[in-house]
Amino acid sequence: MSVLSFTTPTPTPVWYLLLAAVLFSIGAVGVLVRRNPLVMFMSIELMLNAVNLSFVALSRVHGDIGGQTSVFFVLVVAAAEVVVGLGIIVSIFRKRPGATADDIALMKG
Amino acid sequence: MAELIVFICATAMVIVGALGVLLRKHPVHAALSLVLTLFGIAVHFIAMEANFLAAVQVIVYAGAIVILFLFVIMLLGVDRTEDLSVEPFLKQRIAAPIIGVGIAGLIGTAIIASRSLLGQGPAPAENGQDINELARSVFSDHVFAFELTSVLLVIAVVGTVLLARKLPSGPES
Repeated sequence: MSVLSFTTPTPTPVWYLLLAAVLFSIGAVGVLVRRNPLVMFMSIELMLNAVNLSFVALSRVHGDIGGQTSVFFVLVVAAAEVVVGLGIIVSIFRKRPGATADDIALMKG
Repeated sequence: MAELIVFICATAMVIVGALGVLLRKHPVHAALSLVLTLFGIAVHFIAMEANFLAAVQVIVYAGAIVILFLFVIMLLGVDRTEDLSVEPFLKQRIAAPIIGVGIAGLIGTAIIASRSLLGQGPAPAENGQDINELARSVFSDHVFAFELTSVLLVIAVVGTVLLARKLPSGPES
């Protein structure tokens, strides 16, 4: 192999898993830092997507479709979760407009 | 070479979008950054031969969930800038980046330490057979879980209608 023909690396599953780790931690920091309930919800979606990415990467490593099946179910449950969560947020905001997550720390109305 | 370029571009989309969700003060901007991240994840799915999941990702997440977020933002009129400078828990604001770096470091170290188990290259491609295999897996091995998710969706829809409707003005309300 000559010196000039350097080999370009192809993405390995390790790269995808590291990206998923970074994405998950960004989502976790978002939940901790942001005060708007809607943006906290979006950060939860970021964490779910990080886990989906690592599911697909590991499904490819093992040649097993079960990882992709798990992602399918995570998608369905995430859709249901967003519907219920946004319903709760709508009913909270209707009672007290402009509430942040700290204003609604108590569960009683 | 092409795989590397695709990986770098999609990773840039994912990271920039995620940082946008984290840092943009306007909720609408955060939702649009979320779309960027979700599209980047879909590109990664295609690069990993999960074509059906990439399509579902775009349709369900970018098409339905983010639109739902935007609807709620517009309906409630909460589309004003969040004042990030007022912080009731100052310690939490300081501790959050440390916790985030700690999570990333721990998971990253675990991945690097176990990279010999992961293999060095991608598995041989299945050439678009992922839909067949996914359907066979969902409708044979996991058919009970599939039925349970349909029950879950019905419960979620009914519960949300009950939560979000305006109560009739009775003597209690």
